[in-house]
Amino acid sequence: MKEEIKIPALLQFKEVARAPYEYLRELKKTTGVQMIGSSCTYTPEEIILAAGLHPFRIFAESQSLSRADAHIQAYGCSMVRGMLEDGLSGNLDFLDGVVFPHACDSIQRLSDIWRLNVRSLHFDLLLPVKLDTPLAKSYFEKVTERFRRDLERAFDVAITEEALIAAIELMNEFRNLLRKLYLMQSQYPGIMKGSDLGQVVEASMVMDKKKAVALLKEWVSELEAGVKPEKINKKRILISGSVCSHPDIHQIIEANNAVVVYDDLCSGSRYFEGIISNTGNPVQAIAGRYTERYVCPAKHLGVGFQMENMKKLIQEHKVDAVLFLLLKFCEPFSFDYPDIKKELEAMKLPFLMVEMDRHNEVDEQMRTRIDTLLEIL
Amino acid sequence: MAGRLKATKRMKKIMRRYYTQAKYAHLFGKKVAWITSGGPVEPLIAMNIIPVYPENHGAMIGASKMGGKLSEFAEGMGYSQDVCSYAKGDITSSITKESPIPGGLPKPDLLVCSNNICGTVLKWYEIQARKFNVPLFIYDTPFVHTEFTQEAKEYVDAQTQEYIQFLERVTGKKFNHKRMKKVWRLSLKSMHLWKAVLETAEHKPSPMTAFDAFFHLALIVTLRGKKTVVRYYQLLLKELKERTEQDVGAVENEKYRLLWDNLPIWFRMRWLSEKFAGHQAALVADTYTQAWCGVIDYIDENDYMSSLGEAYTRIHLNVGVDQMAETIKKFIKQYNVDGLVMHSNRSCKPYSFGQYDIQNLLREMDIPVLILEADMTDERKFSESQAETRIDAFMEMIKQKKN
Ligand code: SF4
Ligand code: SF4
Repeated sequence: MKEEIKIPALLQFKEVARAPYEYLRELKKTTGVQMIGSSCTYTPEEIILAAGLHPFRIFAESQSLSRADAHIQAYGCSMVRGMLEDGLSGNLDFLDGVVFPHACDSIQRLSDIWRLNVRSLHFDLLLPVKLDTPLAKSYFEKVTERFRRDLERAFDVAITEEALIAAIELMNEFRNLLRKLYLMQSQYPGIMKGSDLGQVVEASMVMDKKKAVALLKEWVSELEAGVKPEKINKKRILISGSVCSHPDIHQIIEANNAVVVYDDLCSGSRYFEGIISNTGNPVQAIAGRYTERYVCPAKHLGVGFQMENMKKLIQEHKVDAVLFLLLKFCEPFSFDYPDIKKELEAMKLPFLMVEMDRHNEVDEQMRTRIDTLLEIL
Repeated sequence: MAGRLKATKRMKKIMRRYYTQAKYAHLFGKKVAWITSGGPVEPLIAMNIIPVYPENHGAMIGASKMGGKLSEFAEGMGYSQDVCSYAKGDITSSITKESPIPGGLPKPDLLVCSNNICGTVLKWYEIQARKFNVPLFIYDTPFVHTEFTQEAKEYVDAQTQEYIQFLERVTGKKFNHKRMKKVWRLSLKSMHLWKAVLETAEHKPSPMTAFDAFFHLALIVTLRGKKTVVRYYQLLLKELKERTEQDVGAVENEKYRLLWDNLPIWFRMRWLSEKFAGHQAALVADTYTQAWCGVIDYIDENDYMSSLGEAYTRIHLNVGVDQMAETIKKFIKQYNVDGLVMHSNRSCKPYSFGQYDIQNLLREMDIPVLILEADMTDERKFSESQAETRIDAFMEMIKQKKN
């Protein structure tokens, strides 16, 4: 019998994060599973899984935007423009369907433009914008139920209760593992490299979920074996924003004896926060998670929610400084910043805001600014 | 040349009175609500609450060329350079009191925000709700990419109830449905009148231009549901009809007819209007001011409880790009236009993203399209010389095509 060479979990994650679309193309080739891309964390992946399809996040991999330029003005954020480029360039040639949960104005129009220009099945989730009334919650459930029916029709499958419950259990386990990694980093700062953790989460967002769970377990136990309960004296940083995939930033931070102990990113904790209840109607339970976990700034959960949430994270993770990474041209996130900034000033907590594009190189100026923030701590 | 519309003077008077009333509302025991331009105002009028429109104020800020300065101030507070300048103008003005209206807008007692125009207003109203510490109602209108679903309909209809309960809570008074019935009818009536006003521009030469429409729009936005509005538009309509009967055009020797898309460039209205007039081109219609009469068909005059929601959800900015293109096609035919000018407005992403695709969808109509990049109030984002060159080239193209 041929002996299999075992590749360490972390390496496998990193490989997927390096070339997510290659991974997906290969996955489709070997398993035949149909591929459903999504624009945002408001996509109920459980329903896609329960339909026997593969959910993944479209990540705006493209760096050149030559095709997207003909559809979205240069004052669109690099996430939206990059996603469209992925769709137009053939980078996503394996795509079978795409889901656009309603979020910000830019994504809203991206959905239209996508529908008119990219060939794939198209699903709009017409989500409510406010999530803090019983009425909105029940509407959210109906939208989720409609998505279930739409998928059933489009792919000619039945999405059964059992399949939904199994998907909920899988996703709960999966999210718990991601959360566990974050909590380990918060408890033992530096136990893993911030850039590694970032790549693990990103890879998890595209990988086969069962595989991801297995690998996550493996990596968690490896890390646990290495834990030394000594006193760690590192400065504790919180990253706030929509998406971040800049390993350089972690390097700069870590070179300053500091660690990112938590984040509120869509490509981070916003993706895994919130556990789905496994009792009651599964579709309602899936919808319910979105009205309970911390919401995207494009959604409304009371007027002070983002400020309160930030304070809560700061307390829970004993944060020494906040680094805001905002994507240029992003409205929802940038509108919250000045009021959060005021709160932080009142708390006398150091912070820094940098505006960047999806694939920006971290330049000298940014490096200096981050260095300066960390030096004063 | 036709000169100014006589009604203009009356309009200015009404607006002045309205802002004075709003300013002293508290002296008369009245409450002031800030509301978004696409928000359902009729219940406020029925409750005797004075509606105030920060966006209308934003337009005034733009027209007074204060947009850049006020935006800059907000940017100093941490607001991004790249977000809606109406929001930034308002945020600044509510702090510094700088405004074309002495003292700025009166403070709100409540806020009403509908996201049928954009998600930006949600963030903007959250900010103001924190600052003024007043209750905020969100009239949440699910986006209509391709379909207005049954559950969306139920959701908005139920919110009409919620909204009424909210107003009862804030004012401590019972909602007067009888009065609301009247207001609703008047509102619909003013929409019909507004439509008739805009449609006088079908006539060649057109008695008015989009620049007139931008100006006369203020009443249908701010005070629909009031008798004054009906009377005013009757007066305006009469004047415009006189012009059409006598073939008086707003632009001297009108030869070319154009359609405008997106918000106006408030700080360059005069310049633009002269620029186009210099080419004997009249902007006869626009998608922006049409939005306030575009949903007439969804309205049941006798039943606001079940038609208000739909009417407010299906407005021009809350539907898919392909449907927007259909509306534009309709106007191109209806107003017999020779070209389309699209303001690519850096402030307004929901209005501007998709314009390139609309251009593609219009290809079969073989209509020249000019895309002008600017901002509705932030003059720092506009280059006059560049705009001039592009307008001239565009007009050349139209002339060649037509002659
Ligand atoms: S980064 Fe901001 S503007 Fe871009 S898609 Fe995300 S929320 Fe929307
Ligand atoms: S200009 Fe656009 S983004 Fe700004 S408030 Fe109006 S609709 Fe919203």
